[in-house]
Amino acid sequence: MSNLVDIRNLNIRFTGERTVHAVNDISLSLGEGEVLGLLGESGSGKSVTLRALMRLLPKKRTQISGTVKVLGRDVLAMNDEELSAFRGQTVSMIFQEPALALDPVYTIGRQIAETVVRHEGKTEKEGLARALEMLEVVRIPSAKRRLEAYPHEMSGGMRQRAMIALALACKPKILLADEPTTALDATVQIQILLLLRELQREFGMSVIFVTHDIGVAIEICDRVAVMYAGQIVEQGRLRDIVRTPVHPYAKGLLASTVHGAKRGQRLETIPGTPPSLDKAPASCSFAPRCTVAQPRCTERLPPNVPVSPGRTARCVLAEPVDAVTS
Amino acid sequence: MSETSPSVELLEQVEDIGGAAQPLLQVTGLTKHFPVRGDLFSPRKTVRAVDDVSFSIAKGETVGIVGESGCGKSTTARLLMHLMKRDAGDIVYDGMQVGRALSLRELRRGMQMVFQDSYASLNPRLTIEESIAFGPKVHGMADSSARTLARELLGKVGLRPETFANRYPHEISGGQRQRVNIARALALSPRLVILDEAVSALDKSVEAQVLNLLADLKREFGLTYLFISHDLNVVRYISDRVLVMYLGEVVELGPVDRVWDAPAHPYTRALLAAMPSSDPDNRTETPPISGDPPNPIDPPSGCRFHTRCPFAEPLCANATPKLSDLDTMGHQAACYMAIAGSGHSRAPAKETDKKNDMGVTAA
Repeated sequence: MSNLVDIRNLNIRFTGERTVHAVNDISLSLGEGEVLGLLGESGSGKSVTLRALMRLLPKKRTQISGTVKVLGRDVLAMNDEELSAFRGQTVSMIFQEPALALDPVYTIGRQIAETVVRHEGKTEKEGLARALEMLEVVRIPSAKRRLEAYPHEMSGGMRQRAMIALALACKPKILLADEPTTALDATVQIQILLLLRELQREFGMSVIFVTHDIGVAIEICDRVAVMYAGQIVEQGRLRDIVRTPVHPYAKGLLASTVHGAKRGQRLETIPGTPPSLDKAPASCSFAPRCTVAQPRCTERLPPNVPVSPGRTARCVLAEPVDAVTS
Repeated sequence: MSETSPSVELLEQVEDIGGAAQPLLQVTGLTKHFPVRGDLFSPRKTVRAVDDVSFSIAKGETVGIVGESGCGKSTTARLLMHLMKRDAGDIVYDGMQVGRALSLRELRRGMQMVFQDSYASLNPRLTIEESIAFGPKVHGMADSSARTLARELLGKVGLRPETFANRYPHEISGGQRQRVNIARALALSPRLVILDEAVSALDKSVEAQVLNLLADLKREFGLTYLFISHDLNVVRYISDRVLVMYLGEVVELGPVDRVWDAPAHPYTRALLAAMPSSDPDNRTETPPISGDPPNPIDPPSGCRFHTRCPFAEPLCANATPKLSDLDTMGHQAACYMAIAGSGHSRAPAKETDKKNDMGVTAA
């Protein structure tokens, strides 16, 4: 399996009134036809990582170091022209709020056609034909009529389908999804998840799926990277991480779900709050909240320990061989 | 959790009148329609946000309301708090008709609310201590005692008063702000607290902390909760009884385990089946229902769910099924399939000597 995306030692820092170390030394890869989940709470750096992949971060206030390679090309070195060809054609993205991501003054059909015309040099007519085809692919009922619809005329679920149609119009190799089902109702969320899963197989694309919801990750991801305070604390196959998390934060996150908890029973919680990110981490960021922290956790950065093939955890507890369960 | 020190003055609770047997809150026929302006030539339309909703909350109970956006759960909460005027219906607090035997001012002491947006619901120009002390002062407490009470309550919700009392809302995190909102709600010594999506905006690990806090406070202050959420896991965890709402109507209600283990309404079944799986080897394969919830402007006739229901039959579009008893434990559903002898092909056969309550009204 060759890697479509290869991120090595990525650091992202926002400067301005105060400095925020949003992403700290992240390494990630995405294989062909794979769905990778970035799982974490707000402020953990998952969306920032995703945006860096498409260079959507504000140029003046962002310092990025490390390498981001997509299909072997260095994204961080691209100029504006290369970027606009790259976005939408090689990699495209869907967002949490389709109402904000779609242009309110153009019809859905025009917006999809525009991308096709821009990227594939087709005529307007061919673009509209593709738009119709795409709306049918995402199963929008009476697609022909919907071509003429403006975003505000559609319901939330329909708008999200329309945005997926727009993102997939040029058959990108990689789809980036930033919490695309979070704003949707439960009965609609599951429809969109199943649609994405189906389209991913049908188009054979690779997906990076950002979510804070473990249930959603379970429905769609093959592999997950659990993020905390701008770092990946654990990474591996979804099944392994859900069944036997190694990192104390991943354990806590999985244990604090309400799912299956008995009424009257206390929920397991992670005490405290995530750290402020005004300094780059010099020791384990989770140590102040960790119930099994040791003196060495606060002395230096824990190493990224390989736990089993394809699985790593950034925790000293993963180090000794006998402490590892697989 | 620390004991209330004797120096702290509390507002007196609204007196318990009817005893434990009398429901703390009884709601009958609650209705709210919003008119919306149509185009120049089209007829006026109405959003039927809440339509003939009736339920009661016993003392010390936690009642959950679940449903998707636009189902009327938040409007119901606002109507109960009298934050907006109802079109019809009665709200009775501990046997007292609100507006007659119980003044609105008194009701606000007996019933408080915590909102979803923790930031928008705090005054950005007041410190946290001032925000919490504001209510008691309005109700006649001296400034110094109100401030002492505010600090005491901050401790109760797990925020050190020395650190937090003088901060402003923008200086603390979302989870901490929601704790402040809970403390503010408790400052008037209410007996009923309405929690409208109070934990929905919080991260999962913080959500668990706040849910534990709510359980502690309930025990300590003898509270009754009305817990509104779209998260079925949370509602099951915290509630004793649950109401399922769809487009302004209650479609099913009952003890939470009965509703979860034996959902009678197809909408409840769909809602439960739509929860993401928790087992990677057992993912959801087919969506339980298709389409979005319809627009609450001019909702479908008859049973409002019939446009999405896989079992809909002509009779469902013609008349609205009434909430009917399924057992003696208070489990009710508004579906023809659950009403014996309703004429739906999946309805159980009518037993001849059962009380002749088909629960059918013409739409």
